[in-house]
Amino acid sequence: MLKYILKRFAWMVLTVWIIITLTFFLMHAIPGDPLDVADVGSSDAASANLAAYYNLDQPLAMQYVTYLKNVVTFDFGPSMTSRSRTVNDMIESGFPASLQLGLATLFFSVISGVVLGVFAALKHNKMIDYLTMILAVIGISIPNFIQSMLFINYIAVNVEFFPIARWGTYRHVILPAIALASGPMAIIARLTRSNMLEVLTQDYIKTAKAKGLSTMKIVVKHALRNALLPVVTIMGALTAAVLTGSFVVERIFAIPGIGQYFVNSISNRDYPMIMATTVIYSTILVVMMFIVDILYGLIDPRIKLHSKED
Amino acid sequence: MSETLLEINDLAVSFSTQGGEVQAVRGVSFAVAPGETVAIVGESGCGKSVTAQSIMRLVPEPPGRIKHGSIHLNGKDLAALSDKQMRSVRGKQIGMIFQDPMTSLNPTLTVGDQLTEGILTHENISKSEAEKKAVELLNLVGIANPQERLKLYPHQFSGGMRQRIMIAMALMCKPSLLIADEPTTALDVTIQAQIIDLFKEIQEKTGVAIIIITHDLGVVAQIADRINVMYAGEIVESGTVKEIFYKPQHPYTRGLLTSVPRLDGDRSQPLIPIAGTPPDLFSPPEGCAFTSRCKYAMEVCRAYDPAVTHLSDRHFTKCWLQDERAEKPF
Amino acid sequence: MPATQERATKSPVDDSLFAPLNNKSAEHDAIVRPSVGYWKDAWQRLLKNKLAVSGLIIIVFLTIMAIIGPMLTPYTYSEQTLSNQNAGPSAEHWFGTDNLGRDMFTRTWYGARISLFIGFAAALIEFVIGVLYGGISGYKGGRVDNILMRIVDVLYGLPYLLVVILLMVIMGPGLFTIIVALTLTGWIGMARIVRGQVLQLKTNEYVLASKVLGASTSRIIRKHLLPNTMGPVIVSMTLTVPGAIFAEAFLSFLGLGVSAPVASWGSMANDALGVLNTGYWWRLFFPAFFISLTMLAFNVFGDGLRDALDPKMRR
Ligand SMILES: Nc1ncnc2c1ncn2[C@@H]1O[C@H](COP(=O)(O)OP(=O)(O)O)[C@@H](O)[C@H]1O
Ligand SMILES: [Mg+2]
Repeated sequence: MLKYILKRFAWMVLTVWIIITLTFFLMHAIPGDPLDVADVGSSDAASANLAAYYNLDQPLAMQYVTYLKNVVTFDFGPSMTSRSRTVNDMIESGFPASLQLGLATLFFSVISGVVLGVFAALKHNKMIDYLTMILAVIGISIPNFIQSMLFINYIAVNVEFFPIARWGTYRHVILPAIALASGPMAIIARLTRSNMLEVLTQDYIKTAKAKGLSTMKIVVKHALRNALLPVVTIMGALTAAVLTGSFVVERIFAIPGIGQYFVNSISNRDYPMIMATTVIYSTILVVMMFIVDILYGLIDPRIKLHSKED
Repeated sequence: MSETLLEINDLAVSFSTQGGEVQAVRGVSFAVAPGETVAIVGESGCGKSVTAQSIMRLVPEPPGRIKHGSIHLNGKDLAALSDKQMRSVRGKQIGMIFQDPMTSLNPTLTVGDQLTEGILTHENISKSEAEKKAVELLNLVGIANPQERLKLYPHQFSGGMRQRIMIAMALMCKPSLLIADEPTTALDVTIQAQIIDLFKEIQEKTGVAIIIITHDLGVVAQIADRINVMYAGEIVESGTVKEIFYKPQHPYTRGLLTSVPRLDGDRSQPLIPIAGTPPDLFSPPEGCAFTSRCKYAMEVCRAYDPAVTHLSDRHFTKCWLQDERAEKPF
Repeated sequence: MPATQERATKSPVDDSLFAPLNNKSAEHDAIVRPSVGYWKDAWQRLLKNKLAVSGLIIIVFLTIMAIIGPMLTPYTYSEQTLSNQNAGPSAEHWFGTDNLGRDMFTRTWYGARISLFIGFAAALIEFVIGVLYGGISGYKGGRVDNILMRIVDVLYGLPYLLVVILLMVIMGPGLFTIIVALTLTGWIGMARIVRGQVLQLKTNEYVLASKVLGASTSRIIRKHLLPNTMGPVIVSMTLTVPGAIFAEAFLSFLGLGVSAPVASWGSMANDALGVLNTGYWWRLFFPAFFISLTMLAFNVFGDGLRDALDPKMRR
C-alpha cells in the first residue's frame, strides 16, 4: 500500500512540475514576450517589481529556476494590472468564495447524482428512470454559463429569495451552485445508474438475496458500495469541470472568487495572474486525482493486494 | 411413505421477453423428503436453475412469472407468504449455493462479514457469537485457520475454497434444505470430487436435505438418492439412482448416460453426445419436445404430448415408447 | 413389465401414429434467426430508438440551416444598423437584432456554422490522431506501447479546458487556433479507446491466423483491426462533437474564441450578458436555445449509437 501511495505521489509531483514548466515556457513563447525586459518600461514601479521578481535581466534558464523557486514557496509575484497588489493578495481574497462555491457544488452534485442514479436503477424502465435520464441528458446539454444566465434572467429576478449577484449568505450560493452542479450531477447519475444496473445482475447479489437479506440491506451494503467505486474514479475529472466552470459562473453571478480574477486577467492579459491561477488550479486538480487514487485503493480491497504483490 | 419436506406441484414459469414468452418451466412436480438428496439433471437451458429459483422465490419478476403450480415447504404454501415472511425462509430454512464461486461472493466485503450477515439477520445473536458459528462451519467445510481467515477478502481464496465458504455460508442457520445449483461446474475435476465428498459429509453430519442441480450425471451418481431428468422445462424421467442408471426408460436419459463416462469404469463403450439442440422455448413443439432429436421418434410423438407412465413406486417417465402399441427398441 | 398408463392428456390416439418417424425431416423446429450483418443490425437497432432518431433529424436540420440559414436573409452577420438596435423579433428580423442592430437570425445560423464546423473538425482530427497513435501503441505493444502510454498518462493528468485556455491566450483568438487548441489535448481519449480495442482484438484467433498466413502488418490493421474498433470509435467521435461545441462556446464566452465581428453562440451569449433583465429576451434566448439543442441532439444520438453498437446488446 505504501509503495502504491509513493508511486502515485511521485507521479503527482511530476505532473505538477510539467505544468509549471509548460506554463512558464508557453508564456515566454507568446509573440512579443510579455515577460521580456525590453517590453517592461523601467520607469513604471510595477514593471520594476516585475523585472525584479522574474530576474528579467538574467538568462531564460536562470529565470526559470527563480520562477520554480518562487512557485514552490507559493510566491506568485506582483500582478501586472493591479499595481499595488500582488497575485498572492488577489488569490487570497478570492479563495474563500471560490472554495465555498466549489464545495457546495461538489457536495450537491455527488449527493443528488448518486440518489437519482440509484433510484433510476431500482426503478429500471419505469417512469422515474426515464425522467431521471431525460433530466440527466438535459443537464449535460445545457452549458453551465447558459444555465447561469437563464437562472438570473428568469429565477433570481422573479424570486425574492435569490439575490441577483454578489456574495455573502447561503442564498447567494444556491443558484450558481446548481448551475455549476447540474452537469456533473447528470454524469454521476448516469454512471451510478448504469453501474447499479450492472451490479444488480451480479451473482453476489443473488447470494445476498438467497441469504434472506432485505432489499434495503442488499442495495446499501452490497450494491451501492460496488456501484460507487467507478464514480470515485471520475471525481478528479468532475473537479476539473467544476473548477473551469466556476470561471464563467463566478463572472455571471459577480462572485468575488479566483475565477472572476482569472477571467479578468485573461481579458487584461495579466500574465503573472494567468500563470499563477493555472498553476494553482492544476495543482488542486492533480492533488484531487491523487486523493481519488488513494481513496480507490482504500475502498477496493483487490487493489491493495495488487500493489502488495508488485 | 415418509413425510415430505418440500413438495412441488405442476410448477410452470415463463419469462416475457422481446421475442415473446419463454416457457422456461412447464409443469414440474417432485418432492423431497427430510435428509434426502434429490438431483435435477439436464442440459443447460432446460429450466433447472429457474426451478431452483422458484423454490426460493428468486425468479426476477418481471420478466419472470410463476404461471401456475404450488410449492409447499413443511406443508406451508410458499406462494402465500409475504415478502417479509419469504425472507425469513431464505437463508434460514433453505440455503442456496450457486455455480460460480468466483463471482458469488462480494469482492469488497470480508468473508467473515458475508458469512455472518445472514445469521445476524435471522437470529437474535451477537456479532461474536455469529463469528464463532462461522468459525465452526468453516472448520466443518475444511478450511484451516478459520479465525484468521474471517478477515480476508474473497480474492484471497482459491475457487475450491470459495465454494467451501459458500457451503458454510448456506449452512449458517442450520437450514433443513440446501439447494446447490451446479456447485461443481466451474471447478477443476479434482476439486469437483472434493466438493462432492464434502456434500456427503455435511449431509451425514447435519442431516440436511439437498437438491443438487447439474448437467453432469457423473456428479449425481455419487450422492443422489433420486434423480429427476429435465428436458425443455419438463421432468421426462424420474427414479432412484439405480433405476435411472440401470433401467433408463426415456431416450433422452439414455442419451445423457451415453454422453458421460460410465460409473463402473467400463471404457469399452464410446461416449456419444446427443445430436441436435433443445427446442426453442418460445414455442415448444406440440407433442414431445424431444421428438426432433429422438432416434426412436414416432408419428405420435410429434402430434401428442406423452402421458406419464409409472414403472415402479418412484420411477416414472413421460414417453410414447411406454405405450403398448409402440415397438420396444430397448 | 406391467406398465400402468395414466392417459390424461389426449383423447384416443390412432394406432397408425405409432409408425417410426423419419427423423431426417425433423428440422421443423430448428431455430432460424435471420443472420444480419453487424452494421445493418446496429442500424436497425438505432432506427428503433426514437430518441436517437430525433437527435439525428435535429442534427441534419441544424446542419442544413447552418448552410442555408445565413442566406435566407438580406443581411450579413456583421452588418450594423445603428438605428435599429435591440429590436424584437419581427417580420424583418425573425430573431430580432442585437445592440449594434445586427440581424440575430443571420448571426444565429452563422454561429451554427462555426459551432458545427468546429465540432466536426475536432472530431475528425481527433479521430485521425487517436486511431494512429492508439493503433500503433496497441499493435506494436511492448516498449513502444509503454513509452507512448506514459506520454498519454502525463497528458491525461493535465486539466483539459485550462490547457486549452492557456493555448488560446498564447495563440490568440481565431477559428483555426480553437481547433488546434482543442485537438492538441483532445485526442488522448480516442487514443486510449483505440489502444484498448486493439489490445483486446490482437489476441483474437483470426488475427493470429492471418499472421500465420503471412499477412503484412498494414494489411492486418486495415482488414481486421480497424473494422472491429470502429464501434466505440464512432461513438466517441459523436460525443466529441458536443464537447468541442461546448468548449468553443465557453472560450468565446470568455472572449477567447472567434474574434470580434464573427458570430458564435458563445460570443452571442456573452454579448447578452450586458442585457440580462432588460426585456431583450431574444438576445439570450436564441443562442442559448440553439447551443443547448445542438448539444442535446448530439448527446442523445451518441447515446443511441452506443446502445446500438454495443455487442453485448446483441442476441
Ligand atoms: N431472466 C430471464 N429472462 C428471460 N429468460 C430467462 C431468464 N432466466 C432464464 N431464462 C430462460 O429460461 C430457460 C431456462 O433457464 P435456466 O433455468 O437457467 O437453465 P439451466 O437448466 O441451464 O439452469 C432458458 O431458456 C433461459 O433462456
Ligand atoms: Mg443453470
